[in-house]
Amino acid sequence: MALLDVSGFSRYSELRGQILPAGRTHPVDRTNHYSFGTKTPELALPLGVDPSAFLKSCNQEAGVSIDLNHGTTTLAFKFQHGVIVAVDSRASAGRYLASNDVNKVIEINPYLLGTMSGSAADCQYWERLLAKECRLYRLRNKNRISVAAASKLLSNMMLGYRGMGLSMGSMICGWDKEGPGLYYVDDNGTRLSASMFSTGCGSMYAYGIIDSGYKEDMTVEEAYELGRRGITHATHRDAYSGGVVNMYHMREDGWIKVCKEDVSELIHRYRKGMF
Amino acid sequence: MKEYHYSGPVEQRFSPYSFNGGTVLAVAGEDFAIVASDTRLSEGYSIHSRDSPKCYKLTDTTVIGCSGFHGDCLTLTKIIDARLKTYKHSNNKTMTSGAIAAMLSTILYGRRFFPYYVYNIIGGLDEHGKGAVYSFDPVGSYQRDTYKAGGSASAMLQPLLDNQIGFKNMEGVEHVPLTQDKAVQLVKDVFISAAERDVYTGDALRICIITKEGITEQTIPLRKD
Repeated sequence: MALLDVSGFSRYSELRGQILPAGRTHPVDRTNHYSFGTKTPELALPLGVDPSAFLKSCNQEAGVSIDLNHGTTTLAFKFQHGVIVAVDSRASAGRYLASNDVNKVIEINPYLLGTMSGSAADCQYWERLLAKECRLYRLRNKNRISVAAASKLLSNMMLGYRGMGLSMGSMICGWDKEGPGLYYVDDNGTRLSASMFSTGCGSMYAYGIIDSGYKEDMTVEEAYELGRRGITHATHRDAYSGGVVNMYHMREDGWIKVCKEDVSELIHRYRKGMF
Repeated sequence: MKEYHYSGPVEQRFSPYSFNGGTVLAVAGEDFAIVASDTRLSEGYSIHSRDSPKCYKLTDTTVIGCSGFHGDCLTLTKIIDARLKTYKHSNNKTMTSGAIAAMLSTILYGRRFFPYYVYNIIGGLDEHGKGAVYSFDPVGSYQRDTYKAGGSASAMLQPLLDNQIGFKNMEGVEHVPLTQDKAVQLVKDVFISAAERDVYTGDALRICIITKEGITEQTIPLRKD
């Protein structure tokens, strides 16, 4: 375009190569499957097609239905005694329930947790890659990585593949020199820090519960109960969330796993008058 | 009447995928694992072969079941075999089931934007000799299970397994651990039911039983219609 040439403006695709370091990740048209641990992770792209639309178009052919595992509610909030992380455990592939006991919290190290929502494969792969980078940081710098830095690494990975159809909404929770940390990172590259987040298709229901019950100076038991209720009520109303509530508590000396309770039992406990 | 006839270029869509049917099942016991699959290979309304099992032996303690698009199943198993050999040559030991599962996850994710249309289930013994089952989606998300069904009849088989092995949706039953003989009988019954109701499942059933003594195979006939 004439205007483009005159103004000296470069196309986004050219800029992208300059903004994001070339050594990070780059798409190739055929992956090198035969080496263990390439220096830069390589993902194959079908040439000449829009990656996010490609899978959808294949699903219209006779009999072919490539359904990827999806769906969740996760929540996390900071309070005076640390960070509470609570997740559900359902994975759905299209309309079929692939599994009701998926672990959606990845234990990166004893002081860092990552949650997963959206596409299961995207979350598992990128958070496992983040765990590898955190471990390398620890080995190279003799200090644990900060929560801010870990979340930034993840959001930069997402920016490298922006617009290609990844689906990931994750919360990075930890305790570092600055105290308890909670960041929300998603597939657009958004990275936010706040004291309370909920992600996934059931997040709206969970927000209703935790917004109304949250106090900065809660006791530990009250905080556990709030996290449990948030997930339980979200699973009650959202079809794509369910299974069990997995809850973790991030404390100064590391995280502990608090409980793993079935939501059907919990909802009966909370709605005694109803049933 | 004027004839309406378009004579310019027409877009022909080529689909890189096709669905070849088949069902795979894996069950993990205390000290054994079972991987079973039917042997029918179909496409649309035709049957290409009645003797195309979907279980592939990877090591002495691991078997993988792959169903979906047969072309991708073959390529994927070739890649896994090559990687197993590379690992054996570099590290002088065989890959454990858990390691194979983790490796398969990264192989599948390498094709996140043009996936292998394969539903994989790995069955085997872990380093402690206990049965292990790992189930995958087409792009590499995986987890360890006690039992899993995949493929065309998976939605019919999984609820039955949930009830019989997981004791779900039953009250007041004793949770008896699964013995090897009961598990094999259950797998046979479950596939017979699948062959009744799913058109892509049938012909024969191949069962691979993995114990610390090794892998034994059985073939049982199923409905051929």
